[in-house]
Amino acid sequence: MQILRILFLRLLTTLVTLAGVAVIVFFVIRVVPGNPIAMMLPPGATEADVARLSALYGLDKPLPTQFGIWVAGVMQGDFGTSITTRQPVLQLVLSRLPATLELSIMALVMAVILGGIAALVGTRRRGTGTEGAIDIANGMALSVPDFLWGLILILVFGVLVPVFHISGRVTPSLDLPFTTNFYLFESLLRLRFDLWADIVSHMFMPALALAIPLAAIIGQLLKQSLKETMNLDYVTLARTKGYGETRVILREALRNAALPTLTLVGVQFTFLIGGTVIIERLFSYEGLGNMAIDAVINRDLPLIQGIVILFAVIFVAVNMIVDLLYAVLNPRLRHA
Amino acid sequence: MKLNRRSLLKLSAATMAAGTIGLPAFAQQIDELVIAYNVNLPSWDPTVGPSAVNPTIQGIYQSVFDQYILQQPDLKPAPGLLTEWGWNDDKTQIWMTVRDGVTWHDGSPFTAEDVAWNLARVANPETGSPIQFVWGTLANHRVEGNKVIADVVQFDPTIFKWMYFLTGYVLPKAYYEKVGAEGFEAAPIGTGPYMVEKFERNAFVRLKANANYWGGKPDFDTVTIKFVPDAAARVAEVESGNSHVTLEMPYEEYDRLKGGPLAGIATPISDIGMIFLNDIEAMTDPNVRKAAAHAIDKQAIIDRLLSGYGVKIDTLETPEYDAYDPSITVEYSPEKAVELLAASGYSVDNPVKFKIQTTKGFKPKDYEMMQAIVGLWRKVGIEAEIEVYEIAKHYELRAADQLAPAAFYNWGNSVGDPTTSTGFAMFGPSPHSVWDGKDLIDMIGPLWGEKDEAKRIDGWKAVDKYIAENALVIPLLQYVQPILYAPGVVVTPHASGALLPHLMKRA
Repeated sequence: MQILRILFLRLLTTLVTLAGVAVIVFFVIRVVPGNPIAMMLPPGATEADVARLSALYGLDKPLPTQFGIWVAGVMQGDFGTSITTRQPVLQLVLSRLPATLELSIMALVMAVILGGIAALVGTRRRGTGTEGAIDIANGMALSVPDFLWGLILILVFGVLVPVFHISGRVTPSLDLPFTTNFYLFESLLRLRFDLWADIVSHMFMPALALAIPLAAIIGQLLKQSLKETMNLDYVTLARTKGYGETRVILREALRNAALPTLTLVGVQFTFLIGGTVIIERLFSYEGLGNMAIDAVINRDLPLIQGIVILFAVIFVAVNMIVDLLYAVLNPRLRHA
Repeated sequence: MKLNRRSLLKLSAATMAAGTIGLPAFAQQIDELVIAYNVNLPSWDPTVGPSAVNPTIQGIYQSVFDQYILQQPDLKPAPGLLTEWGWNDDKTQIWMTVRDGVTWHDGSPFTAEDVAWNLARVANPETGSPIQFVWGTLANHRVEGNKVIADVVQFDPTIFKWMYFLTGYVLPKAYYEKVGAEGFEAAPIGTGPYMVEKFERNAFVRLKANANYWGGKPDFDTVTIKFVPDAAARVAEVESGNSHVTLEMPYEEYDRLKGGPLAGIATPISDIGMIFLNDIEAMTDPNVRKAAAHAIDKQAIIDRLLSGYGVKIDTLETPEYDAYDPSITVEYSPEKAVELLAASGYSVDNPVKFKIQTTKGFKPKDYEMMQAIVGLWRKVGIEAEIEVYEIAKHYELRAADQLAPAAFYNWGNSVGDPTTSTGFAMFGPSPHSVWDGKDLIDMIGPLWGEKDEAKRIDGWKAVDKYIAENALVIPLLQYVQPILYAPGVVVTPHASGALLPHLMKRA
């Protein structure tokens, strides 16, 4: 019952959040300087040309009327047509969403692995030079922003030891048999490991650039939790039974210590998706973030609205999943 | 499977090895030419929407579509899909002869009907062409054999120049009508040197050579254009051998790489850097304007900030433009600037103050150039406050005539006609001009419809002289476009700035 109540409340707040986002994004992007008609006016255009193009793109109507038209369309699944690409916005953003989700999930997996290893090794070797080295590495990983990690990775693995692809999502010359845009997952399902390797080779650097700062956060928090857990009675009991230190950490302490980290991972995952905007641009990765930057540069208002709404949906969905997971995993909530 | 240290190392090595699959190398012969391009291609229709007037993607359009008239690398026109063109004697009609034997990428024949349909389509306001105001000067397009004739509604001496400028592309009538706008976006065809094989938005376009191209089959059978907007990533692309050609990188990077494993070419293109002067506040004082112009050491800025890559200009015409007049100069003279300012009561201790707007990172060293100029101005008694804005804001402010007294901008004019440089930038009634002086309007007005070409060009030269003498705008420099390429390819630059794969040859 507790979980159902949480779910209901979250769904309710989600709808309010999305409505708020829709209002804010619609009006804010129309208030800031720079409109799409001014962007496409060639030298020599007259006031009549401005009026003609404004009418053509529906920008000549009062803002509340434009908002009403847009909301009515959204209710029917029509997010409008992109001004620059002349394609339906929903089709565009949904076609790019899988790329961003795959990149984000890969980055999250990398971050959990790297952060987890750092925390486990740091706990196992606590009080030694190894723990100090891990702490220093964590500090460095946190203090350098993801786009700078991206540039460093490009220099190291793209130029000096060119083992990974610098740009794109897949080698253009490859024939892709996919029916969805989830290339990474579909290549695995189709057992096309050649394509999988190519996709991973393209995704490795952007995912790692996104993962490094998150890995540092996970590493720090998990190590701290593990250290606290290692002083609890049940862990001492395990030691007295003669279990080795590694087994005590992995089998006894880790499960309890991981709970606060899980909440953090959920929250950080939404930030990680936000971080894809810059990283996708840097690596020319064909995801939502890359598209978002083009949309902003070109003042493609319908596309900006569509992308922001989709990002908002992802954010609230992830937060909701984390809340539910927490409720499921936390015995106090589960049995309440 | 039990995961131990050894198996983990094996897995890592396997992943690394797998990652290297498909990476091209410098030394290998180029089978598939890969170009790291600086912008994304939003739409395949080169005649409507914002993409149609985006100069940076014209090179991609020109790979797939032909323009009515071919533009050569030196900006001069040459026979293309039209082999001959002109006006009748009283200039009430235009006529165009259409090339025989050309086919669309689907094998169907290109005809005069296609030309007439395209001209009528972009002249129709409902189509949404941003250049409708030009194409709308023609009407009643009709076909007579292999000739297309149209009536002149309003005489525009540059109409044929627009046929190799923005939106001057020929699309397939029958195919477009069959598949519609959405179908055309999904599978575009043209008569150009390359055919679209695969297109991934925001990622790449893969092109196949058009064996039937009327200008001869291109050297490279397959060309992949990757969209890599980040300059650092583009440099890494060519440095690592992932791409063979790239353009628009920092000049320091160009200098570092061109003498090493890569070749380089840097030539002036039709883009210029300039400072708009709005006739408000301090800029209504001619002494202030002239002092601002005389106080800028353009050559020093080019040498020190742009590593020498730039050409100093004193009018809005570059040497390749039709109305370029080398005798019009504005000397660098801080002494004269001090003198002019003193005449208006200003000095270093009592400086004239105004705002200057600039982009930051939109063009190479744009903000740094403005910092340098503000520094030079300070020495003579001008205190300018820099305001950074986005290019979108510049367009909006300029259209509303609300630019600051001074505003940095770049202007492209790949057809080289004075109308599309000095004309549109300085003619008061145009939404792109912020100088509203009646004297200049009176000088420019008659030139729009001048039918005597020599007289028209002379007229524009006189306008440029008047502008320079009265410092109504401050032209700064003509940009130089750096291109880096692998040893296996030879690149022919185009003065329009378009990077054209079909002009690239095997070394």
